[in-house]
Formats: sequence, structure tokens, C-alpha cells
Amino acid sequence: MGNYYQPEIETASREQIHQWQSERLINQVKHVWENVPFYKNKMIEVGITPDDIKSVDDLHKLPFITKDDLKDQYPYGLLGKPLSECVRIQSTSGTTGKRVVAFYTQHDIDIWEECCARAIVAAGGTKDDVCHVSYGYGLFTGGAGLNGGSHKVGCLTLPMSSGNTERQIQFMTDLGSTILCCTPSYAAYLGETIQEKGLKDKIKLKAGIFGAEAWTEEMRHDIEEKLGIKAYDIYGLTEISGPGVSFECSDQTGMHVNEDHFIVETINPKTGEVLPIGEKGELVFTCITKEAFPLIRYRTRDIGILSLEPCSCGRTHVKMTKPLGRSDDMLIVKGVNVFPSQIETVLMNKGYPANYQIIVDRVNNSDTIEVQVEMTAEMFSDSVGDISAKEKELVDALKAMLGIYAKVKLVSPKTIARSEGKAVRIIDNRNLYKG
Amino acid sequence: MAVKQISVFIENHSGKLAEFCNLLSKNEINMRASSLADAQDFGIVRIIVDDIYKASTILKDAECVFSIKDVIAIELPDHPGSLAKVLDILSQKDMNVEYMYAFTNHKAGSASMILRVNDVKTASELLSVNGITQISQEELSEMK
Repeated sequence: MGNYYQPEIETASREQIHQWQSERLINQVKHVWENVPFYKNKMIEVGITPDDIKSVDDLHKLPFITKDDLKDQYPYGLLGKPLSECVRIQSTSGTTGKRVVAFYTQHDIDIWEECCARAIVAAGGTKDDVCHVSYGYGLFTGGAGLNGGSHKVGCLTLPMSSGNTERQIQFMTDLGSTILCCTPSYAAYLGETIQEKGLKDKIKLKAGIFGAEAWTEEMRHDIEEKLGIKAYDIYGLTEISGPGVSFECSDQTGMHVNEDHFIVETINPKTGEVLPIGEKGELVFTCITKEAFPLIRYRTRDIGILSLEPCSCGRTHVKMTKPLGRSDDMLIVKGVNVFPSQIETVLMNKGYPANYQIIVDRVNNSDTIEVQVEMTAEMFSDSVGDISAKEKELVDALKAMLGIYAKVKLVSPKTIARSEGKAVRIIDNRNLYKG
Repeated sequence: MAVKQISVFIENHSGKLAEFCNLLSKNEINMRASSLADAQDFGIVRIIVDDIYKASTILKDAECVFSIKDVIAIELPDHPGSLAKVLDILSQKDMNVEYMYAFTNHKAGSASMILRVNDVKTASELLSVNGITQISQEELSEMK
């Protein structure tokens, strides 16, 4: 059986969940119709009004919201509450230079933090635990989300953020961290560093909650072995609220979606048709309790499978697999969203033609990204210093756009393979999605 | 007096330099002088050739990235101090030497040098006035 943060909710009957979803969807659609003209227009375009939504079974009638919609509506086009009632934003990468800005009222923050609290309790967390949060703090939802969840559970929260591994390990040993929250690659790196320093006996970690990037079962076993913990998966996205949209239980066979707050569907990414439970498709989420940034049928472009098989933990909320791939070309590198179109924007702004290739790899448990750009006569000069300076200029511009360091390598013309039609822009050697 | 130098972009990768040299040899282009400047991922090969027109056409057709610049070619007595003398002359008028490389001319007792300076015209005049022998494009082409 499981440890639950909110037992009545997490083990509610399917009928109760259906009822909650219906009631809340009806209210949410009314809320959005009255407060978000952009979505009201979308509904009008397909001939739907709030009266047409009588239960969660009518969800499929509502139009989708896509990443492009968010880009076009930046920053306030999807706001559902006056700014005076909003208490925070969080932000994530957009497809070009424009970021996605999500707004939260205090009510929205509480919902989100409750979801994260559920994840921490599912991983065995109680108020007697020391929760070590090494997700980045700031605009990124990772740090903020788990920080809030940890507070709700009553753990002693260590707001470490990312980086400064010496200090992370120092606090981990001195303050007896018991639950670790960070990206899987950082967990693997910490595990290695702790082993190298012979400190495995000095740490008191028992569990970890890892997400924000794809990770394989092999990586899970590696982390569990190196740190001596049980490693739990967590999923979320800024657009829906942040981490905690779904979380893994002790069964470790999928993540329970918090269905009292988020309705999940899988769809055929090409046709938009809703697929039955158990069929692989694009994950679509509808927020039914959030008010400031209430997305309805948001297409995540993550591919997954849903399951209502009974779970040994006793939770009744639908489970989803880890994302099995993407229906678009987004990459997650070092926990950060990277779109090839962002790189293209930088190259064009700097006067390079868009002849590039992105090579992503994993070296020593850390993601690496290299952008290969074809050299041109215009860019060439008879000075090693000048060319190196141009390379550096590109590195700096990419860092400003992406938020991470990407190596730039200038290559000879025509070396970037062109297939018939679309050039191969991304080579991802990490093999993250298996099976 | 200046001579033409071709600078070519090359990836710093095994086989790339061989590929370039094979391109020249296949087209019977003879190099008079060459130098290679390296950075981490790429290099610039600088060459003086016997037939610049032919060479640039070949490189263009092979889609190499290259440029052509004016450099100064000088002949020096082959004994200590002859290069220092030339550099002293150039520094009189604040001429900056960006790079230089030596090459063979099969003449006993003398050495040859390519110099890239920031102001070719002024440098060339300065060297003439001071009696330094400069090599012309025609002389370079005809060297054996």
C-alpha cells in the first residue's frame, strides 16, 4: 500500500474522479469563455459554447491549444485572472526567441505545491525528512515546485538549486539529506562524485525524485545503485503548472496523473483523434482547477501510453508511461528545452545561412550539445583570431538564446549531409527513448 | 611589389589536409611555399602557388572556402642577423608583421620569406628604399 498526502483524493473511486472532472471541466470552460477571448474565439470557430459541455465526456469537442498559440499569445493572451490577483510567473523556452510565461494566483500555487507534495509522500517523504532540492530555482518550475511541495509535507527543505557540487555534497552529509530532487543526469553525476570521494556511507539518502528530462531504466538502476536509494520519476511542464502533473509511486511502473486537477488524453498527433486508453499517442492535458493560466487540451508533443490497470500502491488515478518520444523536434539538453528553430534564429541573425547540424551526446553522465555550422566565403577571413572570435560570438549568442553552453564548430561547406528534401538537423546520440 | 597568397579554411580533422593536398596534386598545382595556422577545430592553410588563376578556379569548383591576399616575398642573405635587419626596418614606420613563413629557393647563400603586413604598399616601399630584395609574382612563378 502507499503513503498518501491526500488519501481520499488519491484513492478515490473512478466514479468520484469522473464526477470531479465533469463538474470542474464545466466550470473551467465557463471561466475560460468569460475571461480568455483568445480561447473563446477558438470555441466559436468550431461552433462550441459552454452549454455544449455537460460532462468530461464532451472534452473532445473543445479545440486544442498548441505551443504556437502560446508563442502568438505571449505574454498576456491566455491570462484568465487580472494581474492584480496573480502572484507569480514561471517561464520556459519557446520555439524561437519568445519564452512561455505561465501565470499563477495563490490558489494555483497551492494546487501545484499539493501535487508536488503528493509526489514527495509517494516517495516515502514525511515531515521528518530532509528534502534536498537541486533543481534550478528561478523561472524554471523544477526548484519552485519541489520547494513548495517539500514545505507542504513539512520536510526540512534545502533550497540548493543546481551547481556547486562541493557544497551540495557538504550539506548532504552535514545536514543528513534523505530525499534528493534533481535531474536524473545530475543525480548520476552526484552518485559518481560521492563514490569517487568514498562518501556513500556518509550520506543518508533513501529516495530521489527525478525529472525534467528523459531517462532510461538503465539510468534509474545506475542512480539507485550509486546512491543507495529508490529513484522515482516525476513529470510535468510549465504550461500545465510544473513538476507534479504526474508522479511515480512505489510500484515504479508508471506515473499517476493528478486527475482531480488535470484531465489527460492521448491523441493521434496527425489527426487529433482521441485514442483509447492503452494506445500510444500524444499526451494532451486540460487544467480544470487552475485559474490564471488555464489551458484546455494543451498538446504537449510528448508521446506516451495511459493505463488504468489497478496499481499495488492503491492509487486510482490513471498512470502514464515516461514520455516515449516527441511528436516535434524539441530536445531536452541539461534539463533545458532546446528547439532547432531557436538555433536557426541565432544563425540567421548573425548572418550565417541555415546550414547547421546539432549533435547531442552524453559524456560522463552529462549532456553535451554541439552546433556544427558550415563555413562560408563571407564569414572567412585570413586570420585565425578573427574566425575564433566569430565562433565565440556565436557561442555567446546561442547561450543567450538557449540558456546553456553549446559548442560551435565551423565545418567545411557541403559537409552537413543533405537528404532528399529536409536536411537532417538533429543527431541525438543519447538513445533516451527505448522501446 | 606584392605577391598573391591563397588562404584556405580546413577542418582540423584527420584526413582533411591530405584531401586538400591531393586536390592540388591531382590538378598539377605546385606549391612554392606553405604554412598552416591552427585553432582547435579548424586551420588556415596559406599557400603560394605557381599558377594562381588555375589554383583559385580549382578551389572554387571544389567548393573550398578561401580568400586571396597580398603578401610580400623577400630574399635574404642566409646568415644570422639578416631577418632582424628587415624587421628593424619595418618597425621604423610602425609596420606590423601579422605572420611570416620561410621557403626554399634552391639558391645557395640565400633564404626566402613571405611576410604578411598590415600595410603592403608602405612596407614594400620601405623595403625597396632600404635595399631589401623583393621577389615579384613573375619571378615566383618561374622559380625552379
